[in-house]
Amino acid sequence: MSQDLKCVVAGFGGQGSLFAGKVIATAGLMEDREVSWMPSYGPEMRGGTANCSVTLSDEPIGSPLVLDPNALIALNQPSFDKFLDTVVEGGVVVVDTAMVPNVEERPGIEVIGIPATKMCEEAGLKGLGNIVLIGKLWATTGFCTRESLDAAIASVVPASKPEKLAQNRQAIELGINA
Amino acid sequence: MAQKVLMKGNEAMAEAAMRAGCRFFFGYPITPQTEVAAYMAKNMPKVGGTYLQAESEVAAINMVYGAAAAGARVMTSSSSPGISLKSEGISYMAGADLPGVIINVQRGGPGLGSIQPSQADYWQATKATGHGDFQIVVYAPSTVQEMADYAFAAFDTADKYRVPVMIMADGLLGQMMEPVVLPEPKAAGDLPEKPWATCGHGMARPHNVVNSLYLTAEDLDALNRERYERYAVIKENEQEAECYRTEDADIVLVAYGASARIARSAVNAARDAGIKAGLVRPITLWPFPERAVGAQVDGAKAFLVVEMSMGQMVEDVRLVVEGRVPVEFYGRAGGVIPTPDEVLAAIVALNEKVGE
Repeated sequence: MSQDLKCVVAGFGGQGSLFAGKVIATAGLMEDREVSWMPSYGPEMRGGTANCSVTLSDEPIGSPLVLDPNALIALNQPSFDKFLDTVVEGGVVVVDTAMVPNVEERPGIEVIGIPATKMCEEAGLKGLGNIVLIGKLWATTGFCTRESLDAAIASVVPASKPEKLAQNRQAIELGINA
Repeated sequence: MAQKVLMKGNEAMAEAAMRAGCRFFFGYPITPQTEVAAYMAKNMPKVGGTYLQAESEVAAINMVYGAAAAGARVMTSSSSPGISLKSEGISYMAGADLPGVIINVQRGGPGLGSIQPSQADYWQATKATGHGDFQIVVYAPSTVQEMADYAFAAFDTADKYRVPVMIMADGLLGQMMEPVVLPEPKAAGDLPEKPWATCGHGMARPHNVVNSLYLTAEDLDALNRERYERYAVIKENEQEAECYRTEDADIVLVAYGASARIARSAVNAARDAGIKAGLVRPITLWPFPERAVGAQVDGAKAFLVVEMSMGQMVEDVRLVVEGRVPVEFYGRAGGVIPTPDEVLAAIVALNEKVGE
């Protein structure tokens, strides 16, 4: 099977970092892998670094807290600044440059910036920057099959909102092709 | 095979409880257990049950007492400070031989403490959940799957022995999501008869009385003795633990719940570094799995107990080991979660100390 994904998704409360993490975790569930998702629920929720840890593995998962991610989705500047140095060598950082003006590089780490929030607004998909970034992470790392990714989106978006499903799918495509 | 779903530990416990036939939930909000109550509020009405947010933890546990006395399967949940408030009611339940399930999603203490994950309520759960001579059964799940499985099983254990049963979780387990296969719901007809319950009977029998007040000392002495005979049966029959890589272990870790997940990672890292480490994971905290821990004493050079506390379960391990090999402790308190690297460092240091 594929390599373990140890991912942190972080941003302001309301940017959908926990939801984005749930999409990734659900993709792992679709492949019957070991999966854990752990939200921050303490004071950092108020500091602009609301975050969740997601692990997809083929072995039982120890601590669900990801301290040494090989993937980071940063939705804002405080999250980028806080978690960049935790990313291991060979890791991937996907960052929303519309929200993170100061994008730094690190040797051995692939930092990919796309203006996800702006792209969404232009495409009439306000509020789906988090999903665009998942698309980009998937295109870069292939953390699951395309079928699993699509199934995860379909599973996580409430069935009562079919129009949301189409928008989320569009946002994923935006990210993949960015 | 039943379908795997992704659920938070708190939600999995709530769903499993309803599937076990729990039809009454009384609670009061507190982080990090609030999802248990939220899930019950949303879903209990769908199965014809009662969800009630009480005016306080004290009120909630006394509602549990009432529903249990009437023969219902009933649950409450809280987090550390709230469990302290419930302790009077838990003692009353034990004194009245009432079955019921209490969830503690532990957070850092003492006092209001923090809202982060902790295991500092071990002594409270296993030694003194309230005043008087009594014990309650305490399950310590370590995965979301086990949270569902033991929340389900807890009702059977409670009814079988007529004792309160606690599910000892923590903020990490309560908040995290993992895939879980939920237990099949029990049919109403599968639930045990409760001939002692104070439910209506149309004057078909003498009144049942549920009470914890006995003013004649000799009567209360006899009742306590009968109860302790039941506890002896529980100790004999209900100890549960999991052993991981212990067959040839020099360094035996003992950890439960969330810290067992971290200890397990540290055991694997130690093995990779050439240290023969293993893990005994208590699943019942009371009764303490004396047999599983005791079975390791002959082969081990030392024990390392890992807890998210200043060291509580370590005393029970020492009681079992009886000084035959060293028993050391590594813990973080207040809501800090130990890292696998920290635990590995403690294993390496202990291995050097006890030598070849």
